[in-house]
Amino acid sequence: MTRLLDGLRRTVGDDVAALLGFLLAVVVVFGIAAPKFLSAANFDSIAFQLPEFGLLTLAMLIPIISGGINLAIIYTANMAGLTLAWVLNSHGGPDAGVTAFVVGSVLAIGVGALAGAVMGAVIAYTGAHPILVSLAMMIFLRGLGEFLTRGGDISGFPDFMAPIGHGTLLGIPVPLVIFAVAAVAWHFLLSRTRHGVAASMIGSNIRATEYSGIPVKRTLTLIYTLSGAMCALAGILMLARFNSVRVGHGEALLLVTVLACFLGGVDPFGGFGRVAPVAVALVVLQALSSGLNLIGANQHLSTAVWGLFLIAVMILRWTFRRLQKNPKGRT
Amino acid sequence: MRSLVRAYPTETKLLAVLVALCTFLAVASDSFFTLANATSLLNNNAVNVIWAVGLLVVLIAGGIDISFAVAASVVQYLCVYVFVWLGGANWAIGFVVAGGLGICLGLVNAFLIHRFKIISIVVTIATFNAFFGLLMFFSSGKFLYNLPDWWSGRLIVWEHQSADGTWAELTLPVPIMLACMLATFLLIRRTNIGRQLFAFGDNPEGARRVGVNVAAMQAIAFGWMGLMAGIGGLMQAHIVKEVVPNALYGRELDVLAAVVLGGARLGGGRGSVIGCFLGVALVAVTQNGLNLLGVSPYAFKMVIGLVILVAISTSNLDLGALVTAKREGR
Repeated sequence: MTRLLDGLRRTVGDDVAALLGFLLAVVVVFGIAAPKFLSAANFDSIAFQLPEFGLLTLAMLIPIISGGINLAIIYTANMAGLTLAWVLNSHGGPDAGVTAFVVGSVLAIGVGALAGAVMGAVIAYTGAHPILVSLAMMIFLRGLGEFLTRGGDISGFPDFMAPIGHGTLLGIPVPLVIFAVAAVAWHFLLSRTRHGVAASMIGSNIRATEYSGIPVKRTLTLIYTLSGAMCALAGILMLARFNSVRVGHGEALLLVTVLACFLGGVDPFGGFGRVAPVAVALVVLQALSSGLNLIGANQHLSTAVWGLFLIAVMILRWTFRRLQKNPKGRT
Repeated sequence: MRSLVRAYPTETKLLAVLVALCTFLAVASDSFFTLANATSLLNNNAVNVIWAVGLLVVLIAGGIDISFAVAASVVQYLCVYVFVWLGGANWAIGFVVAGGLGICLGLVNAFLIHRFKIISIVVTIATFNAFFGLLMFFSSGKFLYNLPDWWSGRLIVWEHQSADGTWAELTLPVPIMLACMLATFLLIRRTNIGRQLFAFGDNPEGARRVGVNVAAMQAIAFGWMGLMAGIGGLMQAHIVKEVVPNALYGRELDVLAAVVLGGARLGGGRGSVIGCFLGVALVAVTQNGLNLLGVSPYAFKMVIGLVILVAISTSNLDLGALVTAKREGR
């Protein structure tokens, strides 16, 4: 058994193993407390709820690894959704064709990437702090969205879009497939490409990265552009799932995506972070939430539990680090 | 004068922009440059300034706090029950209770940050979710209107009727705001603790080695933020005459933007009380001006976001250096 665990730890890494342990604990506790927790319907609901939260977290991940943050993710996603909705509505709303959807999606991703690119360029070329730049962009995009929609909903989309939000592919929910593809792409981008390595290097030491000949400014701009494009993907998925767009949709997810990144072991100062543990952290959070829901607590209690859970994990990490430094427990 | 400009470059620039903006608005709109408009701007932004000076102390000490606005909501909610339990209370007790509860919530952050060496943004994002989630869970999102009379009754501290018959008045939050500004100024500029806060924010390890008590610095910074959050919460409920559990949700980021706009640095060691005031004022005057010029309210946020974006992307550019660089042909 220990050898099995050791093997597991070697293949997936300590952070993933620890989080899988947490996941197991969550499943066991709620499996006992709420018999419905282990039902197919519950797994299904987790699988449908996870992807948009997951895509937004991926969008948050790359800037954090580069030592920054992107507080504009929710409204970038909303703006991208609005773009798609606008294209669909100007081509007949519910009667719009597949071409309109494709063109609209491409435009939506373009809008998301543009919002990200502006942020990245300001951060890279003026040296302003990412928290502030993305905060200003967030306020601007929220305002722009409210200005365009007057705070209302836009709905009425063609039927062929429903499967994107609600359908299944070979028994797997389509949103989950989209998330899995995006996560694998992000993993490759971060660990196998020059750009991904440069992002980590910028996060650990931006000056040294510059001296080693990496085009830091261009890389930073690209990081936020990619983050914006990922937000746009989340926005398109949100549109398909809710069959409507509204500025402010998913607002509550903003800080929770940061929480998920930190839970997944991403270094808050940047430089270190992997996709796999973050993905597991997402599953843990979603399972906690649905478990609490099943035993009769509401969404707000899960928010509280997510916060407390993050603190608990941070305290455990701290304890673990100290034990590793002093195996006999001396201080 | 010149040394002042050099010591506070951001504040000076901000003041120049604000003066230019006010001059423009005074010409473009009849109702901007009136006493009534000035006092209502002060009344409506006092709470933001109170929170801003609290956040300033945390930023100077090198931290960041995301949780203060929901902490203020928690304080408001608890205050209602504490006052009922005390059987009435008054302003003096109100300030002690709200301030005390705020300090307790701030110290929770400080304890987690210091004891377990977690950085402040992680802790405060976690406590943000914990405070807000628990508040919404236990309150079930219920609004409270049954505030005691002393709390919800309007308190006018100064009033003046101008020639055309309109009243200009300052309400209680304004003197409280001034008191909070003064207290924060004294704390950070006139005490030994203030100097230690700046030193700690600028270089934590260096400060620790010269004997600054790190735990005390965290406790003071987050305790002060908590105190201001509590007082701000008390004032906010006084203004709107009700307690709504999710009313303050999201305000933290607006205040943060204003404080950093006012010259405080994320990362510690810099910032001033007057900068906080100017940062809040710039956002408030922009919004007020757009309103008076008849721009659609839906466009306010858009313009404000744009103003902040332009302000920060130009604030790091040193205009003097650009000119010399050009002259030298670089």
